[in-house]
Amino acid sequence: MPSASLRTEDLTIRFGGHTAVDAVTCEFRTGELTVIVGPNGAGKTTYFNLISGQLRPSAGRIFKGERDITASSASARAKAGIGRAFQLTNLFPRLSVLENVRLAVQAQRGLGPVMFRRTASFRDLRDEAYAYLDATRLREAAALPVTALPHGDQRKLEIALLLALKPDIFMFDEPTAGMSVDEAPVILELIEGIKKDTDKTILLVEHKMEVVRSLADRIIVLHNGELVADGNPDAVIALPLVRDIYLGMPAEDAA
Amino acid sequence: MTDLAIDQIADPARGRTGRMIVYAIIGAIGLGLLLAPFIFPDVRSQEVAARICVFIVLVASYDLLIGYTGIVSFAHTMFFGLGAYGTAIALKMMGPGWDAILLGGALGIIVSLVLAALVGLLSLRVKAIFFAMVTLAAASVMAVMASQFSDFTGGEDGIIYKVPKLFSPATKLLTDEDGKVLRIFGVKANGKMAAYYFVFFGSLILYFLMLRIVASPLGTVLEAIRENEMRAEALGYKVVLYRTAIFCIAAVIAACAGILRAVWLKYTGPETTLSFAIMIDILLMVVIGGMGTMTGAIIGATLMSLAQFYLKDLMQLASEATAGIPLLPELLAPDRWLLWLGILFILLVYFFPAGIVGTLGKKGGHL
Repeated sequence: MPSASLRTEDLTIRFGGHTAVDAVTCEFRTGELTVIVGPNGAGKTTYFNLISGQLRPSAGRIFKGERDITASSASARAKAGIGRAFQLTNLFPRLSVLENVRLAVQAQRGLGPVMFRRTASFRDLRDEAYAYLDATRLREAAALPVTALPHGDQRKLEIALLLALKPDIFMFDEPTAGMSVDEAPVILELIEGIKKDTDKTILLVEHKMEVVRSLADRIIVLHNGELVADGNPDAVIALPLVRDIYLGMPAEDAA
Repeated sequence: MTDLAIDQIADPARGRTGRMIVYAIIGAIGLGLLLAPFIFPDVRSQEVAARICVFIVLVASYDLLIGYTGIVSFAHTMFFGLGAYGTAIALKMMGPGWDAILLGGALGIIVSLVLAALVGLLSLRVKAIFFAMVTLAAASVMAVMASQFSDFTGGEDGIIYKVPKLFSPATKLLTDEDGKVLRIFGVKANGKMAAYYFVFFGSLILYFLMLRIVASPLGTVLEAIRENEMRAEALGYKVVLYRTAIFCIAAVIAACAGILRAVWLKYTGPETTLSFAIMIDILLMVVIGGMGTMTGAIIGATLMSLAQFYLKDLMQLASEATAGIPLLPELLAPDRWLLWLGILFILLVYFFPAGIVGTLGKKGGHL
């Protein structure tokens, strides 16, 4: 049994009277790609926000390895190796594409506080940033401000930022949503590439059934904030409960 | 914003021409300030040139906060005043020596740094509007203190003091064969010239320091915080620490500008450093020049200082020239200069919504 790289214990968050994530206890193991499915409003993104630190839980704990990170800030979690790509594009709009990626590279290298050396003099910083732009097929757009990118390219840039952080735990929130049929395979290949590296843990929120089937080692199902199913893909997809609450609705509408 | 960005990509040549104009203006201003003692030797012009130098630094350091990082502070004149008062009080108490400037200046800088760190760490994690109010309160307290502790600060009258002998008009920097002060292009190479170049090169060093900061990795992090604070945090940047750091850096630079001002003026009082009117001037200069552009500080500070000093003269001339025409001389009477300054600002903001540099040299993203 591989070791747990990330664990949530009774993780709960309430907004007023509404419990968005309800006592979710779950382990994510190194070398495993877990797909999180569930209908709209099931709490998938909220669960992600709790893990990456954008939200604070009302109850419960989060562990990375053996370390309790429940009280850590989002920046501390990023430094500890939890990397996140956001569902709604969440970039630095008026900075160039290259600058966006370079921010992630320099964060990973701890170069943020350098103030008396020109960024341009760090050749390797730029080269590494270009490598991630190549991986996501964005090199041509390097000099453009993010606001000038089509939506699909902005999503790819999200992924480039995540790659640049070199995390141990990758969290993708519907990475191919809003991408054209030509673009999506690039991202799926990248995710498969990360999966080959057995040191990594991948969490993926995804709706498209063919993507889920081709990538998942394991599926967990969230429904009304509760963890209702957990197991290998075929078994979970076959569950009547899952067919009712999730597969019963048109997958494409569930974005 | 989106429309604007796409607009530039469709027409990159427009941005390039705009940038050329900006660089030409900057070059002209830079040359003018460098040669100010020779081109504009009269006392009043010297005053204006020295004020422009100091205000470029002050405005650029304020832009590090408001334009680059998105921090709204009203305490910038407080730090400016701390540098100036530290120097002034030391010069008054210890006599006109370099040791007094060093000690007083250093004290002003240290107090600024400590205050900035305190205000920053305690309140930069809260909402921007609350932070702005805290800085406003701090600045008001400082202004009241400067006026109350009049034994030290001279109260509302301020302090008059002497500066090192090098800067005295009687000092001969260079002498000719007869032992008289050497004239370069008819201008006396005296202590006043030394004082001006002290201010000029002091400002130049501080300005280059800020240019370096905005081009450094730290500079990009600041812009990232302005653009999307939550994402900067998600990349692993501790936003509160970065905000506090730049608040401290800007405070120290403002204090340095205060030292230069104090040495040049030989007088420090609430009106020259601490007043809220100066804070408004700085804000207007940043907006007119263009937020988030270091070159904007040069253009904003120069344009506004020139207008404040010379608009009245210009209107005097215009009023006399139009003496025969009804109504016009009345409208152009020098007493109405503030009205015209206001109209000038409104026009500038209307035609250059992103500031002069921001609108002319709008970058279509850079590498």
